Amino acid sequence: MSIRHALLALLSEGPKYGLQLRQEFESRTGEVWPLNVGQVYTTLQRLERDGLVESDDTAEEGPQKGFHITQEGVDELSQWLRTPPDFSSPPRDELVIKVLVALGLPGVDVHEVVQVHRRYLVQLMQQWTRLKEDESRLDINFALVVDAELFRLDSLIRWLDTADGRLKRAAGDETVPDPQPFPLPKARRRVGAPE
Amino acid sequence: MSYLELRDISKVYGEGAAEVHALRRVDLSVEAGSLVAIMGASGSGKSTLLTIAGSLEDPSSGEVYIGGRALSSLSRNGKAQLRRQSIGYVFQDYNLLAGLSALENVSLPLELDGVAARKAQTSALETLDDFGLADRASRYPDQLSGGERQRVAIARAVVGGRQLLLADEPSGALDSTNAESVMRLLLAACHRGLAAVVVTHDAQLASWADRVVFLRDGRVVDQTLPLEGPEALLADVPYQ
Repeated sequence: MSIRHALLALLSEGPKYGLQLRQEFESRTGEVWPLNVGQVYTTLQRLERDGLVESDDTAEEGPQKGFHITQEGVDELSQWLRTPPDFSSPPRDELVIKVLVALGLPGVDVHEVVQVHRRYLVQLMQQWTRLKEDESRLDINFALVVDAELFRLDSLIRWLDTADGRLKRAAGDETVPDPQPFPLPKARRRVGAPE
Repeated sequence: MSYLELRDISKVYGEGAAEVHALRRVDLSVEAGSLVAIMGASGSGKSTLLTIAGSLEDPSSGEVYIGGRALSSLSRNGKAQLRRQSIGYVFQDYNLLAGLSALENVSLPLELDGVAARKAQTSALETLDDFGLADRASRYPDQLSGGERQRVAIARAVVGGRQLLLADEPSGALDSTNAESVMRLLLAACHRGLAAVVVTHDAQLASWADRVVFLRDGRVVDQTLPLEGPEALLADVPYQ
């Protein structure tokens, strides 16, 4: 997400002042991303230079100067909303690199390295999840940001889980779970099947 | 003080060449008022751990203490009584009785324990009300949504002042928003004084817990550190 397009989106609702734009940006992003007022003005100047917004000619520079979006700005916003982010090439993921490096190092237990990262990620998820605990105070914008972060961390943990299982199988580890159920003692019927 | 304590628990199935170590020397303490998640892959022993903690199975060695009482010191009837009065179970597939209404499902454990029907139903209705389900009391399980069924199952597990709640993938069959409601209820029940253990392979579910214990090949290999406040996440996050 770019500040440029976020400001265009806010201005598409109607003319606004710089300070107002900053406050609305923060509340719309669940106040997770604080924005300094300098970033707002620099971005507005560039948008004006590119013909995407116009300012009130009469007002002086400063927090009370108003801006409105132009038709070019509306078109640019519409196109940006529908342009998928570039997910086509894999990012250089530091976590993946660390596990790959661990795999080749003598004396390093890759499962232990995996577990260190898994624990850290679960701890981060616990912190984010706590922000959702009180539903009555959960603002919808903020909830969406928290969900996005939880799903991102969850996907990393799922990758670690998969890597862990794949490495065990590749090593021919004898403790790989048997796909058959564990043999049960013959005696009385048991409640609850063991894994 | 820990309400549930597992000391040096091992569980072996089969004999000789067919011997399988489902749990190996597991220690676990769960305080009253806290929610502990057990995370692990399939076959890591987490469901076995739950059935042993719930006195549904005996360990091969080690001791389980519930409310300070050693399970090995209890007779079969004593364990059954402990299960009825102190432990609530929640399963992935709800296990509600199809022929009973939500209210009857929740009041059943109390009635089985000898509480008079009217008193049991009053308690059940209060619990359903706590869970926002009072208006569903007369519905049968097939007239409830998946999320509502699981909330009824949790109500049944905590009704009558049970002190230990054991849950096996309690939100596994639910979508994300319903799973979130279920976990919020579980956490709220814990913060009212219940001790709870949830086993899962799902990090989103586990992240509701106060502590997450990692099980691997029947062993506890790791656990999360005490939870830090979430405020740190929100301070000075640079916007790129």
